[in-house]
Amino acid sequence: MAEMGLADIHHSAAKLEATSRGYERGLIELAERGFDIIVMDADLAGSSGTGEFRKRYPNRFMDIGLCEQNMIGTAAGLALAGKCVFVTTHGMLAAGKAWDIIRSTICYGTLNVNICGADAGLSAGAAGGSRQSLEDVAVMRTLTGMTVVVPADSMEAKKATIAASRLPGPVYLRLASARVPIVTTDLTPFTMGQAEVYRQGDDVSVLACGVVVYEAMKAARDLEDEGISVRVINCHTVKPLDRAMVSRVAVETGAIVTVEEGASIGGLGGACAEALAQVGRPVPMRIVGIEDRFGESGEHEELLQHFGLTSRGIASAIREVLAMKANGANGVRGETTTSG
Amino acid sequence: MSPTATELRGVATVVRRDILTMLLEAGSGHPGGSLSATDIITALYWEVMNIRPDRPIWEERDRFVLSKAHAAPALYAALARRGYFDVRELMTFRKLKSKLQGFPDMHKTLGIDASVGSPGQGLSIANGLAIAAKRDEKSFRVYCLIGDGETQEGQIWEAAMTAAHHGLDNVCAIVDRNRMMGDGDTEKIAALAPLGDKWRTFNWHVIETDGHDMEQLLQAFAEAASVKGKPSLILARTVKGKGVPFMENSAEWHDRKVTEDLYEEAMQALS
Repeated sequence: MAEMGLADIHHSAAKLEATSRGYERGLIELAERGFDIIVMDADLAGSSGTGEFRKRYPNRFMDIGLCEQNMIGTAAGLALAGKCVFVTTHGMLAAGKAWDIIRSTICYGTLNVNICGADAGLSAGAAGGSRQSLEDVAVMRTLTGMTVVVPADSMEAKKATIAASRLPGPVYLRLASARVPIVTTDLTPFTMGQAEVYRQGDDVSVLACGVVVYEAMKAARDLEDEGISVRVINCHTVKPLDRAMVSRVAVETGAIVTVEEGASIGGLGGACAEALAQVGRPVPMRIVGIEDRFGESGEHEELLQHFGLTSRGIASAIREVLAMKANGANGVRGETTTSG
Repeated sequence: MSPTATELRGVATVVRRDILTMLLEAGSGHPGGSLSATDIITALYWEVMNIRPDRPIWEERDRFVLSKAHAAPALYAALARRGYFDVRELMTFRKLKSKLQGFPDMHKTLGIDASVGSPGQGLSIANGLAIAAKRDEKSFRVYCLIGDGETQEGQIWEAAMTAAHHGLDNVCAIVDRNRMMGDGDTEKIAALAPLGDKWRTFNWHVIETDGHDMEQLLQAFAEAASVKGKPSLILARTVKGKGVPFMENSAEWHDRKVTEDLYEEAMQALS
């Protein structure tokens, strides 16, 4: 693992941190380097990851109050005047409530507004289904010109934040407030739009994004003992998808599993399926996500378990897809049950 | 009437005639709200705003955000007559590959400061521009034209709070108070009155005026520019379809095709 610049997640207790902390460090670094950024929040600075930035750079920070639509519209005006803006709110409030403003004002104008959906996925944990943003990746992905990045850990979140400031158009950064294992290090390569192979393997490829990249790595490790060789790819940029990588690993390993901490409709799995169907090389595939249902209250870790998003759930999806591959199924699912 | 006001009335008639011709050519679009906004837009582009049509993206220019984006024909006609682009372009409005999209697109049309379309969003954009101006110690002002029906959108009031809270005295919003929205009388659909009081309660400096009287409009803009520490709202009483008798005060003409026959009749009224 060391040669890929990854953290040693299997042999020592993995360090835990919320990805929003990486976002905050990215913002601070940008300000320290003298970039003319403005950070906005809608009454969530205490939890979204902008609290420390607010303390250090009060003149670059604006808490606009509880009005996400207006926050994003105001950010549009700032961007029109040449500012690089980061707006922060809950994933659901950005991608859901403010979607039209993001679409009609930010995307239509190709404005440099970076939208950070904090507390997304199952991170909202105990707050339950109405507050858990599971659909954000899917709905943001449909927007013209929008880049969608789901960092695997706080290290990657920092790199993504800095990279987002350099893209002239809008970026949706999907962040988690749950403390999750740090998989990558300063040395792990990160390029927006470029998926990275984190583990080599020949039987099946697992394409994951976000905090479940760790679970995918664990599943690959566990299956090694059963003689199953799993390739793991961190597909942090869901849009634009690294189609070349997706096609290559599908063809080379002949089966794929996608994993995301969100709706299994229209997210990373959907993006990969679209890509593969169109290169004419569909392979047996399973989409591990949350299938057409809301979340519910619980601790983040419990919820991952509950929805089949831990290494165990991923391993069973891998076994299913390998069975399909062995039976010569060509992307047609039989009577197997969903893992989500 | 001062010479300026007289002159502006003449310009407004030219703009109104252009609007009618564009709508006839396009075969669709919004006559009523374009004609009610014409005098306001004319006053802004010929007298009030600090702009340089030969340098459309001059950094110090005053900005204009057409939140009531369906009045695009009025803005396009004004920009063309003001010299941002050739008047002949107006005949391409709403057509395939045109620079003049149904709703303003800043990437396609010279002189448009912000792309707009979805109702209720313009004032937030105007505020963002104004905050940037203050941060950068620039003196430009930001004007935002809002439809009265549009003030039923919640985001307008979110933005109203932001502008007042941050003391954005470089923001001047104008409400085109023609009392007619797409489906009829605003007061019968979702009453707005007392609209001036609503803005006053939101801590704006409110100026009520006749939105078709050039002298009053110019005075209102001058007063707005003199206010310190607060954003200004010009509540402009207007007539939907102003200038074309059969369109006046008619919700039906919010969005209706202009036929050849009616075009002739309208142009005679505007001669």
